[in-house]
Amino acid sequence: MKTIEEVLKGIRPEFDFTASQDFLGDGMLDSFDMMTLVSDLDKEYGISIAGVDIVPENFHNIASIQELLRRYGKA
Amino acid sequence: MNFIFSHRKISGLLALVPANERSFVDEMSNFNFPVARSLKLKKVMGYDKHRIVDGPVCASDLACFGMEHLFNRGLLGRDDFDALFVVTQSPDYFMPPTSSVIQGRLGLKHDMFCMDISQGCAGFLIGLIQAFLLLDQKSVRKVVLINVDVMSRKVSLRDRNSYPLIGDAASIAIVERSEDPAPIHANLKMDGTRREALMIPAGGFRTPSSPETAVLEDDGENNFRSQDHLRMDGQGVFNFVQVEVPPMIEDLLRTAGCTADEVDYFLFHQPNRFMLQKLADAMKVPYEKMPSNIVEHYGNSSGVSIPMAIAHNLRERLTSGTINACLAGFGVGLTWSSMLMRLGPLEFCELIDFA
Repeated sequence: MKTIEEVLKGIRPEFDFTASQDFLGDGMLDSFDMMTLVSDLDKEYGISIAGVDIVPENFHNIASIQELLRRYGKA
Repeated sequence: MNFIFSHRKISGLLALVPANERSFVDEMSNFNFPVARSLKLKKVMGYDKHRIVDGPVCASDLACFGMEHLFNRGLLGRDDFDALFVVTQSPDYFMPPTSSVIQGRLGLKHDMFCMDISQGCAGFLIGLIQAFLLLDQKSVRKVVLINVDVMSRKVSLRDRNSYPLIGDAASIAIVERSEDPAPIHANLKMDGTRREALMIPAGGFRTPSSPETAVLEDDGENNFRSQDHLRMDGQGVFNFVQVEVPPMIEDLLRTAGCTADEVDYFLFHQPNRFMLQKLADAMKVPYEKMPSNIVEHYGNSSGVSIPMAIAHNLRERLTSGTINACLAGFGVGLTWSSMLMRLGPLEFCELIDFA
């Protein structure tokens, strides 16, 4: 299973996601990348992240994504 | 707001799309994004082909083409209907109403109620509600409900958030009284405080179009659009749909005393495949009962997407049989609405090209 960082690199390979606490604010992800990320996380972890959870605060950084996945019993 | 109707039906449905087909892959070079990133988005969102008017084609051009098709094929008589409702966000003019333009171009009788309704993605349901209400009048035998938009003319070619998904199209639904007493349940909600989530900022009286409003600006995500173009807060609209639509459908089914299993098809407005699949997951509805294939074939044609979903997926089934359908539209306003009704058998259900 890929790590969150590996999934992120699959979308934007040019960035070091461990160096940011605010992916959207730092321009590393845009709103459409967030949809792509959710689609990839769904496939990688065998879950379906609810539409109401697809909000910027759940995708600020690796820790917030980890917390989101924890709520789905992953991570 | 809840509604209940009975003795009403859609008796025929025509959808039409411009013959001019574009593909996302061919258009990717318009967007300032790496190819791999765009292709990934294509897969997730369901972008592929979309139908766009070729040149300065207007809403009334599509509508008149469709109406003449019905007249010429004997599917509708010129004097058979007493009201013409046109739901559009892309009128030919500020004034006169596009419904009057169509009435005049088709040479229809004067004893007719023509009305424009400024609505978008919930426009098919708003139009149906209005048509059902008007049919309380004995003088009205049939209502012709036209949904039509040529929004591609108001979307920036360099806006990857909006251009790949936009589609132009029209639909014509014939709405009339029925012997069937089965109830048709509907609900409708609106929230004008979120009106800026989907808007064209300039071009009206508040901010008239000018050389300044035509200047392309970067939205910070490498999408270039002007004040004259459609602007969509993608994240805001996505969240609105996911928060508001599932409880709306739950309310509708509860009011109707119906379960999701008893619904044959959930025919929803289709902004993109990802959004529809997330809705289906939230509602625990199998994907095959909620078609999400309109954007990939034709693009998102606003209020036409529900009739397009019907005509593309179910036209053969509906000319001979009946389905229990849950319709839902959501978008500009913001507006969200749903309806539970028996659809079919239809006297005609066609999907044709406008050329």
